[in-house]
Amino acid sequence: FSVLSFLSSLLLITYKMPLLQPPPAKYGGRHTVTLIPGDGIGPELLNHVREVFRFSCVPVDFEVVHVNSAVETEDDINNAITAIRRNGVALKGNIETKHTMAPSVKSRNNLLRTSLDLYANVMHCQSLPGVQTRHKNIDIMIIRENTEGEYSSLEHESVSGVVESLKIITRNNSLRIADYAFKLAREKGRRRVTAVHKANIMKLGDGLFLQCCREVASGYPDITFDSMIVDNTTMQLVSKPQQFDVMVMPNLYGNVVSNVCAGLVGGPGLVPGANYGHVYAVFETATRNTGKSIANRNIANPTAMLLASCMMLDHLKLYDHASSIRNAILNTMNETRLHTADIGGQGTTSEVVQTIMRFIQSKGQLTSEY
Amino acid sequence: MAAGSAWRSMLSQVVGGAVRRPALSSFSRGMQTVTLIPGDGIGPEISSAVMKIFETAKAPIRWEERNVTAIKGPGGRWMIPPDAKESMDKSKIGLKGPLKTPIAAGHPSMNLLLRKTFDLYANVRPCISIEGYKTPYTDVNLVTIRENTEGEYSGIEHVIVDGVVQSIKLITEDASRRIAEYAFEYARNNQRNSVTAVHKANIMRMSDGLFLRKCREVAENYKDIKFTEMYLDTVCLNMVQDPTQFDVLVMPNLYGDILSDLCAGLIGGLGVTPSGNIGANGVAIFESVHGTAPDIAGLDLANPTALLLSAVMMLRHMGLHDYGNKIQTACFDTIRDKKVLTKDLGGNSKCSEFTADICRRIQDLD
Repeated sequence: FSVLSFLSSLLLITYKMPLLQPPPAKYGGRHTVTLIPGDGIGPELLNHVREVFRFSCVPVDFEVVHVNSAVETEDDINNAITAIRRNGVALKGNIETKHTMAPSVKSRNNLLRTSLDLYANVMHCQSLPGVQTRHKNIDIMIIRENTEGEYSSLEHESVSGVVESLKIITRNNSLRIADYAFKLAREKGRRRVTAVHKANIMKLGDGLFLQCCREVASGYPDITFDSMIVDNTTMQLVSKPQQFDVMVMPNLYGNVVSNVCAGLVGGPGLVPGANYGHVYAVFETATRNTGKSIANRNIANPTAMLLASCMMLDHLKLYDHASSIRNAILNTMNETRLHTADIGGQGTTSEVVQTIMRFIQSKGQLTSEY
Repeated sequence: MAAGSAWRSMLSQVVGGAVRRPALSSFSRGMQTVTLIPGDGIGPEISSAVMKIFETAKAPIRWEERNVTAIKGPGGRWMIPPDAKESMDKSKIGLKGPLKTPIAAGHPSMNLLLRKTFDLYANVRPCISIEGYKTPYTDVNLVTIRENTEGEYSGIEHVIVDGVVQSIKLITEDASRRIAEYAFEYARNNQRNSVTAVHKANIMRMSDGLFLRKCREVAENYKDIKFTEMYLDTVCLNMVQDPTQFDVLVMPNLYGDILSDLCAGLIGGLGVTPSGNIGANGVAIFESVHGTAPDIAGLDLANPTALLLSAVMMLRHMGLHDYGNKIQTACFDTIRDKKVLTKDLGGNSKCSEFTADICRRIQDLD
């Protein structure tokens, strides 16, 4: 009996909950987090994050690692990956993939996700008060498999003029992501999980994914499980998005659905995203846009990146700081005259950030000079 | 009003620019044969609704009904029944209702089989807001052109080892060039200003990269039409925020499937969206793209609008613009009037009542 209890306690230890233990890069009460500025609007938005953190005396130090998207070697991204392995947590902007370069130069973002095995991409789309949208009362959690599927980067030209791209679906990863989805749903008190697929066409691939979801669902009788074909899903999303609760899906459909949902709640500037693995976590904006056309013009919306940094603070168990910044952001959202161009206003990024900092200060928190 | 006239001008052009219309003697004089495939579920009832409306409008169409089921031919390959194939080869024009596709089992999708049989390489779906049918999105006026033969729907899948499945996405130079050429020809023939290629070449470097390269090459020959390229996720993001910025979209199979349904959702769903499939040898099959709706099959509740609008697209393709306009006007008037709408359009009339109202309007128009 004691052997059994020992084994079951071992299982409990190795069986990780979605919200992981904070990483060990903590010294003297201060955490170290890897920061990857990326391209486009990434650097300026992350500077604002640092500004806000400095102002609110958040005990986080950033280790900045630059990744140059213009070179073909993978040294930069490997350095970044090593830094993340060391620190356990990262905040990043999107690294551009120049598809004028040779196809062997793979997407750096994808490389990061697969090397660190960040298998779950989690995005919470919520209608924000103060932002005008066509649909109201949206509250959808999207859990997207982040490492395989169509993003396996396995392509070859077997005959000249004919290219094959492989989409890989494995039982392990499908079970893993389904398990993550159900655990998260239970943890957040959600009632329903919907699997999005195209198993009527990709019978083996998506069929396997669906089967794995069903298997995991049987272990969660308190949560309703259903499935929907991806094209019907997008149609339902634009007509009645309120019907969705938690959605789980393979990589590419996740890309489409998360972008549709982000558009429904107000655009790419508002939604934060997180990539979780068993050991590491990387936070970024949900729709991963480089935003080259609006870079360095002080018009980008800092909300998504700031909310992502709040998610990171929650992950580091710095809950007070996270909620103080988050409340300040939501209060700022209510000021329509401060809205940036992407949500229909004419405000500048710096105005928004200053207002957020003023809100933080007004709550009586300890702040530094600004 | 703007959307209405946009509909009229849009559908009044020949669908399928790249296809040279064959000698029209058989079209203009006498009855033209069209292969009708009623389909499953609500298919038969909406097909009879369309036939009734055409009869009232006195359109010179002779329907040849055929059923399409998957049968195993010699050599073990799945194929459609030979009489259906023969009928289509002769008439060249088809109208199809919804066909059932079983999930994750048995034979390949029937729709896929039809496409492969007739090499229907282009799926054209004009999505234009219908005045009188309100959705949160107004003034939508775009066309999705989707490559219909290869891509992710090649149907090639293997189990590598137990628990690992691989699906192959195939992109070829020829198919990409063909669809790009079709898209630009269509844009030119229908007075559209720009063509946008939708892709994910940042992740699928070689396959979507090839597709994109071909689109760029073809764009060189059509300098009068603006060519842009956009990532799939950016298109989705922008589409739900501001669909008016898009014009003609060309893309490989899977993205086309998702995006065309997304756009159909913007204008009111599959119950009101027409669709045409253009093939290589002058063959064109027009279809309603909604499902078979087995829950309302046989109950006289179905909405025949999608099949009817596809049939109107077909009439225009055949050069019978007057009949097409008449039927379309009657259909839109009925919807705008809101008195006899089927359940999915917000009313609670029967399919037969809706059909009868359209027939009445056609007779009044004469």
